[in-house]
Amino acid sequence: MAMHNYPYIWNYLPLVLQILVALGLACGMVGASFFIGKHKNSRTKAGAYECGMDPVGDARGRFSVRFYMVAMLFILFDVEAVFMLPWAVIFRRLPQITGSKMFGFYEMLVYLGFVAVGLFYVWKKGILDWSAEKGDL
Amino acid sequence: MQLALFIIFGLLAVAGAINFLLQRHPINSALSLIVVMMSLAVLYWSLGAEFLAAAQVIVYSGAVMVLFVFVVMLLNAGEEERTHGSRAAYFAGIPGATAIFCLLSFVFLTNGKAFGSTDLINHLTHTTNNIAEISQVLFRDLLLPFEVTSVLILVAILGAVVLARKEQ
Amino acid sequence: MSPNVLALLPEIILTITGVLVMVAEPVLPAGQSRKPLGVLAILGTLAAGFASWYQLGFGTIHAYFNTIQVDSFSVFFHLLIAAIVLVTLLSSLDYFEGHASHAGEYFALTLFGATGMMLMTCSVELLMVFVGLEISSISTYILAGFRKGQASATESSIKYFLLGSFATAFFLYGIALAFGSTGSTRIDVISQNLASTATPTLALLSLALIIIGIGFKVSAAPFHVWTPDVYQGAPAPVVGLMSTAPKAAAFAVLLRILFSGFPSYEPRWASLIWIIAALSMTVGNLGALLQRDVKRMLAYSSIAHAGYLLVAYTAFPADGIASACFYTAAYAAMNVGAFTVITQIGGYRENVRTIEDYSGLALKRPVLAAVLGFFLLSLIGIPFTGGFFGKFYVFSAALHAGHVWLAVIGLLNSGIACFYYLRLLASLYSRRPAIEDNLFDGITVTLPAALALTITAAATLLLGIAPNQVLSLAQRSAAATAPGSANSTTNASR
Repeated sequence: MAMHNYPYIWNYLPLVLQILVALGLACGMVGASFFIGKHKNSRTKAGAYECGMDPVGDARGRFSVRFYMVAMLFILFDVEAVFMLPWAVIFRRLPQITGSKMFGFYEMLVYLGFVAVGLFYVWKKGILDWSAEKGDL
Repeated sequence: MQLALFIIFGLLAVAGAINFLLQRHPINSALSLIVVMMSLAVLYWSLGAEFLAAAQVIVYSGAVMVLFVFVVMLLNAGEEERTHGSRAAYFAGIPGATAIFCLLSFVFLTNGKAFGSTDLINHLTHTTNNIAEISQVLFRDLLLPFEVTSVLILVAILGAVVLARKEQ
Repeated sequence: MSPNVLALLPEIILTITGVLVMVAEPVLPAGQSRKPLGVLAILGTLAAGFASWYQLGFGTIHAYFNTIQVDSFSVFFHLLIAAIVLVTLLSSLDYFEGHASHAGEYFALTLFGATGMMLMTCSVELLMVFVGLEISSISTYILAGFRKGQASATESSIKYFLLGSFATAFFLYGIALAFGSTGSTRIDVISQNLASTATPTLALLSLALIIIGIGFKVSAAPFHVWTPDVYQGAPAPVVGLMSTAPKAAAFAVLLRILFSGFPSYEPRWASLIWIIAALSMTVGNLGALLQRDVKRMLAYSSIAHAGYLLVAYTAFPADGIASACFYTAAYAAMNVGAFTVITQIGGYRENVRTIEDYSGLALKRPVLAAVLGFFLLSLIGIPFTGGFFGKFYVFSAALHAGHVWLAVIGLLNSGIACFYYLRLLASLYSRRPAIEDNLFDGITVTLPAALALTITAAATLLLGIAPNQVLSLAQRSAAATAPGSANSTTNASR
């Protein structure tokens, strides 16, 4: 890694460029089709399309409670995954930081062990089971 | 540059929060909450807390908002009904919140000089890696809080199952 | 044994037991009784209690890069929390029998919650305290909503959760400002850096926010509004637990923060605590006078007791710590005891609610009525009970420290408190209007529940007639936390 002392924000210049390119591309495509294409709005074309059927009822139907459970569990395991990122970044330097060769490895092992218990529990409880005969939880 | 970012995204966060309160439809409130979360992430990032910004985007703007939207959908919540609210909220809540806000601003403004200032743009260079610094703290000095967080997650899993699931 | 394992031995035992319960829960067939899991939880709690006792022989242990400090102070609260959890588990072992509720999860959450509370009392790093506080709070939020059939249970859980998270946010903000002002989140380093900080106002503000956060958790006025509703809706054994164990842990945290973190700010925080204590006592006792529901009444009474306890904090040096520790133990014994009786009388349905409902209990169930009466007398502070010595030490500590008016307010409040406790007591021993005479017929006191009652009654009695054992432990723990000694031990380790 080169040791130039350029400012922190400059690191993100590629990201800014990518955002600009993405924005430009998206706006360009929509804009181009808007300006170049022909607009013929008929009644059928403007109507809602739902697999060839006329749309019935409210779009905000009730969801099964399963979605809710999965969303909650997703947050929990997501939080757990976030903690693994910094660990992975300095994995090689962990022996030097903690002063012991395998300590850093065991730290994460214990942590993941607990999370695995959570996964086991959720699995055995049948929360992740989406088969129909289980009913609506 | 940093000041410009701060002003833009600080105002955006405040505007998002106000909009969050004023919107009458829960989905609109949830969407303005995303604006708040993302602006906060940019503020963290502009202060050099890259990991925190990433975690903010992944956990809050991602997972937590997914849950919010699910709940709004699940409850099939329509437009909020306006109630007059409780009297206590008007007579104690608003002055109380104002007082706390004024007190905090007063303390920060008067103590501002004592803190001194750093120029973050020149201080933070790519040679100092924010995530590596956080990891040093997380896996050494604050090792125990980190490990115990896994117990916290277990408790949360139990809670999710207990509160959302019928017992056969 | 390495110091890292030794220092957290009780917590490790509790966590492993909790994990075992959690793993066994889904493996057991759906219809089967969860009682074996409860027995496992009880054994784990016992083992954790013995492990804390075992730690006492090692003096002060520092572990995990100085985030944990095990001393006689933490051991005192560990033992107290283990005892409360043990009694709660005993009294609720049969509580869920025959009802479709997540009994296995109940035991696991209780164990994890106890782990969090214990971590709070032995950590000297505010971030660690915060994680422990979160574990204990989130477990109790969920436990409060366990009778899912009732709307009041859900209300209780949600109210507790919303206001509790709000309080935790205050606490966290306080930690952040303390870090901003002193550059550390370790209690001992904070106390050293306070002398040279350039931002004393900010440090004071951080302390105020921390006190507000803890004030919510211990339900001290004016942060008490959640208490009556939550206690009314939560299951009775859970109320017994959450009105004592998390509060004991929060009081321990407050003691550590005030006495070893911010001793140099004593005149300022003492006046704040003075106001909160006086307000809690008055609001709690006046509020309890108006209640007809027994659980609500005891909720207000617990607010008042938080006030009495905070009186001890104004007696700054070691006097205050010892009397606060003793009062926490005495309050825990009698309050858990009272709720154990209520659990037995009301059962899962909790159909015995108001003071009038309790009338005539003495005729039908003389022993239960006598035990409940004994706990009520102790809550009043009649001699030969733990409550008497608790109040005695607290008020004499306040007098020694020169807070005459606070002691006077406390004594006046104890007088007011007599009214509502005695009203319930009179109701117990009055003749019942023979309308719904079958209210007490379903009461069966099982063996574990009888054991729980015996433990709490014996503890309340022992604290009232032979307080010396606990008092000497309390004084030892005071010595471990007092401003002078805390610094010397931490310096040696660094």
